[in-house]
Amino acid sequence: MSKHTLSVLVENKPGVLARIAALFSRRGFNIDSLAVGSTEHPDVSRMTIVVNVEDLPLEQVTKQLNKLVNVIKIVELDQSAAIQRELVLVKVRADNETRSQIVEIVQLFRAKTVDVSPEAVTIEATGSSDKLEAMLRMLEPYGIKELVQSGLVAIGRGARSITDRSLRALDRSA
Amino acid sequence: MTEHAASPRRGDNPAAHAPAPQHVVETMTGAQSLIRSLEAVGADTVFGIPGGAILPAYDPLMDSVKVRHILVRHEQGAGHAATGYAQATGRVGVCMATSGPGATNLVTPIADAYMDSVPIVAITGQVASKAIGTDAFQEADICGITMPITKHNYLVTDPAEIPRVIAEAFHIAATGRPGPVLVDIAKDALQATTTFRWPVEQQLPGYRPVTKPHAKQIREAAKMLVSSKRPVLYVGGGVIKAQATAELRILAELTGAPVVTTLMALGAFPDSHPQHLGMPGMHGSVPAVTALQKSDLLFTLGARFDDRVTGKLDSFAPYAKIVHADIDPAEIGKNRPADVPIVGDAREVLADLIVAVQAEFDAGHKGDYSEWWQKLDEWKRTYPLGYEPAPNGQLSPQQVIERIGRLVGPDAIYAAGVGQHQMWSSQYIRFEKPGTWLNSGGAGTMGYAVPAAMGAKAGRPETAVWAIDGDGCFQMTNQELVTCALNDIPIKVAVINNGSLGMVRQWQTLFYNQRYSNTVLHSGPDHDGIEPPAQGTRIPDFVRLSEAMGCVGLRCERPEDLDAVIQQAMEINDRPVVIDFIVHQDAMVWPMVAAGTSNDEIQFAKGVRPDFGDDLD
Repeated sequence: MSKHTLSVLVENKPGVLARIAALFSRRGFNIDSLAVGSTEHPDVSRMTIVVNVEDLPLEQVTKQLNKLVNVIKIVELDQSAAIQRELVLVKVRADNETRSQIVEIVQLFRAKTVDVSPEAVTIEATGSSDKLEAMLRMLEPYGIKELVQSGLVAIGRGARSITDRSLRALDRSA
Repeated sequence: MTEHAASPRRGDNPAAHAPAPQHVVETMTGAQSLIRSLEAVGADTVFGIPGGAILPAYDPLMDSVKVRHILVRHEQGAGHAATGYAQATGRVGVCMATSGPGATNLVTPIADAYMDSVPIVAITGQVASKAIGTDAFQEADICGITMPITKHNYLVTDPAEIPRVIAEAFHIAATGRPGPVLVDIAKDALQATTTFRWPVEQQLPGYRPVTKPHAKQIREAAKMLVSSKRPVLYVGGGVIKAQATAELRILAELTGAPVVTTLMALGAFPDSHPQHLGMPGMHGSVPAVTALQKSDLLFTLGARFDDRVTGKLDSFAPYAKIVHADIDPAEIGKNRPADVPIVGDAREVLADLIVAVQAEFDAGHKGDYSEWWQKLDEWKRTYPLGYEPAPNGQLSPQQVIERIGRLVGPDAIYAAGVGQHQMWSSQYIRFEKPGTWLNSGGAGTMGYAVPAAMGAKAGRPETAVWAIDGDGCFQMTNQELVTCALNDIPIKVAVINNGSLGMVRQWQTLFYNQRYSNTVLHSGPDHDGIEPPAQGTRIPDFVRLSEAMGCVGLRCERPEDLDAVIQQAMEINDRPVVIDFIVHQDAMVWPMVAAGTSNDEIQFAKGVRPDFGDDLD
């Protein structure tokens, strides 16, 4: 098994997320992470889906997704040729004794302290999964009170855009 | 094939072929807009039942001179009728139902059409848009429910969208790999005043089916075909859907390769053709099953390596390379990896292949299959389909079906339910033409036959349509005979009545120590002391039941009456005819590959495994 990052351009219509989620569950594919948001085009949303599968099932996932009428385009982003980011917000137990140590860790990982109270600090960090995991390992001994994490979003390196051609097609049909 | 001439080609927009009014802009209600849209896409028949939420649509429907509505007795019947209509005519079938239970009763036929890739459009009423999500009376999330069993579906709350959505629904249903599309319309959208505009601009940026095959793949496939020693043309339903049977015959005769046709492809290649080996699969012919097992090249056209064909997948066709042509890229490599994948419409694929194979011939490359044919002919001679006569002067079900096929002939349409009678029909009726065999192949929906036959007859009234049904299946959907009787749809129904759920009973005989748990239906006769002991109470009495529904009811219990009863039924054309054939209850379907075992373990008859000549490898 290996992780694959799929960028899926979909029509921005009600029910599209349900169609995709239903397809994954019906065909027995597991989603590691899923992030949905708008794009530079108002009629198009972009999903970044991380799946953990062998190559052959990956081909099936892609082909089945492509059959959904609302799916415009699917691109698998190569790990090395793409920038991949997650966002984490984490509330860590902090008193007068530990606060400065925690802030030091935050700086080390180029994260941000976004909220401070007498018993806790809240940290905002973005980065690759590896980096965030490393930071959380460092913070763990102080006591993690609450943690929330986004799905992964990714974009290819270089000047080319995966949306160019597909969005032209969309403009034509609109 | 004249019936097919008017139907849209896959890849085309059916709306473009319809007698659409040019640039119409008119003010009307959403309901009127719906009916106008149906007329504009060329829908001529709708099977349905009205109810609260769809009621506005039924008012303008009453005035339409182009759309005939056939009032069914259960929504499931409407759905299967739409499927039968589509299979028989090559056009998109249409069914209509109200919200909630009306819509959920369509779920089975929609799932059935999805599994067999049949183009139908289901139109359902939905509660008013403000009430959606409130658990209103007769509310069901039919879009959510049918998401995994439709090619696509729509919820319409804005009446202005109705013409575009209907045009898109018909386009999606009919093109690419065909399939069911559901359009759910909120009641207030039907009632509101809107503007009907036609023609419409479709908005389907994500829907681009590939129909033209890749030239390099075609050349590669042709090369493999002429260099193989033991090829088989493994033909599936896609060849019928693409109306590619003429091209298939040309390729087959050009190459001399043997042909097998799956359950969905019966009629794609004449059963009488010397190159035809029969049907592969669980109850396929020994030559067809064995040919696939021993082949060195499966030339797959519009088939999908279904488990009923492959048996245990790891031991399926172990020596074969695979050429796999299908319009749905997701089918290629799904179950069996393909050496040469070809995405395209079967008709275009076959047309290009004929040219490519001819080019190979011209270059002096021609396949020599003479040794292969020696083997195949030997298997055909040694293991023909056959059955034993029933004991005690009873009717054998195979004989009934065989005689119907012979007397009624290859121009008629045959619709089967699911079970033993379906398999016997596939084995003992000789199919010579496409579109003459309707059955529920993928879903295996009992009760399919009567409503599907009704739909087929409504679409092709000039053609004789026979439903071959089992007594179990018949009791699921026979109420549609009322619809047939009242709407001048004179189908014939042959009930192959063995008084039990025969296929399940066969499995109980073979795998459950003859413990017949809940498979006796008692619809057969009282045997009056003849073994096996009386299981029948003749409840219900199918003859009287049929007469009560406005049909002619006939019964046949003895082989000597068989032909006369069939003839009698053939002569009645002013109303539906039901024949209750009382048949031997212990007849079994052979050959058989038991579920989950290898095709190499095929049994020609109980306990008899053919000698495969295992020297080929």
